[in-house]
Formats: sequence, C-alpha cells, structure tokens
Amino acid sequence: MEEKGTLTVKRGLAQMLKGGVIMDVVTPEQAVIAQEAGAVAVMALERIPAEIRAQGGVARMSSLELIQGIMDAVTIPVMAKVRIGHFAEAQVLQSIGVDYIDESEVLTPADDLYHVDKHAFTTPFVCGARDLGEALRRITEGAAMIRSKGEAGSGNIVEAVRHIRAIKDAISTLTSIPKEELVARARDIGASYELVRDVAETGKLPVVLFCAGGVSTPADAALMMQLGAEGIFVGSGIFKSNDPKKFARAIVDATTHYNDPKIVADACRSLGTADAMPGIDVRKLAESELLSTRGN
Amino acid sequence: MPYLVGVLALQGDVVEHAAALERAGARAIAVKTLADLDRVDALVIPGGESTTVVRLLDRFGLAAPIKSRVRAGMPLWGTCMGMIVAAHDVAGMDQPTLDLIDITVRRNAFGRQNESAEIEMVIPVLGPDPFPAIFIRAPWIERVGPSVELLAERDGHGVMVRQGNVLGTSFHPELTRDHRVHAYFLSMIDDAKQDVGKASSAA
Repeated sequence: MEEKGTLTVKRGLAQMLKGGVIMDVVTPEQAVIAQEAGAVAVMALERIPAEIRAQGGVARMSSLELIQGIMDAVTIPVMAKVRIGHFAEAQVLQSIGVDYIDESEVLTPADDLYHVDKHAFTTPFVCGARDLGEALRRITEGAAMIRSKGEAGSGNIVEAVRHIRAIKDAISTLTSIPKEELVARARDIGASYELVRDVAETGKLPVVLFCAGGVSTPADAALMMQLGAEGIFVGSGIFKSNDPKKFARAIVDATTHYNDPKIVADACRSLGTADAMPGIDVRKLAESELLSTRGN
Repeated sequence: MPYLVGVLALQGDVVEHAAALERAGARAIAVKTLADLDRVDALVIPGGESTTVVRLLDRFGLAAPIKSRVRAGMPLWGTCMGMIVAAHDVAGMDQPTLDLIDITVRRNAFGRQNESAEIEMVIPVLGPDPFPAIFIRAPWIERVGPSVELLAERDGHGVMVRQGNVLGTSFHPELTRDHRVHAYFLSMIDDAKQDVGKASSAA
C-alpha cells in the first residue's frame, strides 16, 4: 500500500524546513549561492518582489525554463509562485515537478473571489495570511504550510510583525476562552469550526507557520522567530543587499540561534559595512500598491 | 531515571522527534550547543536539509564533538537528512558527512516531493505489524558496509540500517503515532550502557 500526495507528506515537507530560511532567487547562480549559504529551499521567480513593485505590470508565473534551470542547479527543494486562484498555472508547476507551490499575493491575482482548491493537487501549497481566519481558510482549501504575508518587497518588517502577532494572539485567545464560545468565534473570523476547535485544543496551527514579507537583516529574522515563526522566507532582502553571500549566511545563522543574542550579534558583525536593501515606509504606500491586501 | 535523548536542533523537525521520544518513555531536549550535547545519553539528527545542517554543524563547532561522542559509544539515530549527515559518503556528490556509519546514500533517490509517499512496511525488528513509513524526498542506501545490518528495504533499496550504536532510516517515524522505531532506538541505549558496563568490569 503506497499513497502519494497525502496531507501527511504535503505538511511533512514543510515540517522538514522548520528552523530554516527559504530564499527568493531569480537565476540558477543565485540558487547555488543560497544553497551554499544554508538555505533550506529556494523560491524560483523572474523578478523579486522589490522589482515587481518598482516595475509594475501584471506579474505571472515565472518561465518554466527559468524554474527548470533552478531545479537542475540545486539539490534543496524548489518552490515557485502562481497567481491567486490560477489553478492552471498550478497544474503546470505540478507537472514539471516543483516541490512546493506558493499561491502568492506578490503576483497579480487571477481570481478576485476564490483561491485554488489545493486538495486537488499532489504538490503541496504554501499560502500567505494576515490573521488566523485567513490562515484557517487557506488550510481548509488545502494549504499545507502558511506564511505570514508581511509586505513583500518593502524591506520593512512592520507588517510581518503585525501579521505574526495577529495569528499568534488569536491562537492564544482560542486556547483560553470557554468551549461554548468557539462556534461564534469561528463565525466571526470566517473559519471552519473544526479547525478552530483543533487550534483551541493544540494551541497551534495544524500546519507549519513561516514568516514572510520584509525580513532584511539577521536581527529581523531573530525577531520573527522569537515572535513564533517556525522559519523565514527572505525575498528581496538577500539579493537586493549589496553582499548577498554575507547576508544569506548571516540570516541563516541568526534564524538557527534566534534566541542567542551573542550569535545574532556575530551574524550582524559578519556583515561589516555591507548595506541591507533600502526599505520603504509602508504607510506611504497607496492602498492600490499594497500586496498583502490581495486575497482574503 | 529515563534516558535523556538530544535532538539536534540546528534545523528540521525537532519537536516532532522530541514528542515521539517522550511518548516512547525518554526525556528529550533540543541540542544546539556543546553544553547541550554534553548532557545527553544519545542523539537524534532529525529530518531537514542536509546541506544546511552540514554547514551549521561546521559553523558552530559541533561536528567533531558529535563524532568523538558517537565513536566512544553514544547511540546516534539519523532520520532522512540525519542519515545522510551520518553516512560515510553521498553518491554522486562531494557533500561532506560525519562518516559515522559505513553506508553510501543517494539523496532524493525516490524522487522529488510529488513522489513522497506513505507506505505500510513490515520491518522484522519491529515485530509482525506493518509500520507506517513516511518518505519525504527520501534518500536510499546504495551501499552497505560489511558490518552494517540492513533492517528494511523498499523496492530493493535499503531504507533502514544499523551499525552497532548508529541507526539510520530513510523515513520519518516521528511523523506517525507509532513509536516502535523510537522504542528500538531507546533499546540501543540499553545496549550501549551494557557495553560500557562490560568494558569497565573487564578493566
């Protein structure tokens, strides 16, 4: 009896990535740098979020040639993004064998009402969330991993902090309220009662929770891990810095030893005078420029 | 006093192993530093990414101390990534390893994530009931040295091995509720303690 694509193996790969850093890369060479620096996986894409933000236009699934080139270049898992709701892009990525599909607000949404039915796929999905209700809706749809959304390509950690805190605080509330309140709470946050009850019992999501969107320094990574993220996605933060190798290694070290300030300090020191990516004040972005509000 | 088992916590599914070890009757701690390593009776290297963990073992000075403890008799169990890290070598790659068990492993040998699978397998050392083996981008064992026992195979490829105080599995018992492999590993600590007892009474 052999079963593929079960919830256990889909969620299981994310469990193997815990405590690690997943890095955005746009070339096979960057993927090799990421792997050598200790990345647990790479996200293959044509433009990193900071560039998508700057250049505008419709952002779609990356070219298959690029994704395949990255899959051939490294031995670690390779993830790739599809537009929210674009199940045909997801079918294509599954057919070429990517290890994880990110149904991502960083790309231009294809469907403004519905997300992909992720149970229909063998390849696991990761989805973004700003709060517990959004996370549980994605899990109901079949997401095998959740990442806080943050504000991708901003180089600003404030939204990531807001989203991780919102998720963790809501979980903590569920564990402390009387059982009879759970049905109403599930209705209020727009999530299934069964999942809300499970979270109330276990005190955690049933899938791994990473942080994404705005991590650009070793201290940012340590902050997010201490706030309860189980691992880190770094998008623009590494290859938009002026010394990607150093930044990649330093963020990996700080993620592993997030609770040891001396090691995080060593990681910061290892950067010398290298500069982090320039950031932007998220409050100055127009509503239409925000990526995190896409999908709900 | 139950055994204190460490789970190497540089990266990977650490809490799953710790919970399974506790269900099997041990106490478990995460091992991130030399001070943690010094406390434990045995060590598990969990599932994760081998390229990441090999770099971090070296970066934080844990590779040599783990090697010397295991060579002095401390039981070690590597699951998936952990088995790759403990192996003699990795087929087709010059990836560094700890060289603590005389096997050659091939990474991702059963395929990428779409080939990851749950399989019910009869593993004789665990008894007659099939074990729910979970393979995730799993390696297989391509060569087994003369003093290594092959404990389980899948489609003709080795997936569970033991050489004295070192155990390796391609699959992830920590993701199941069946803790027979964890109990088997704890019995290896009994064996190791008896060996130490014999050695000291002989001396």
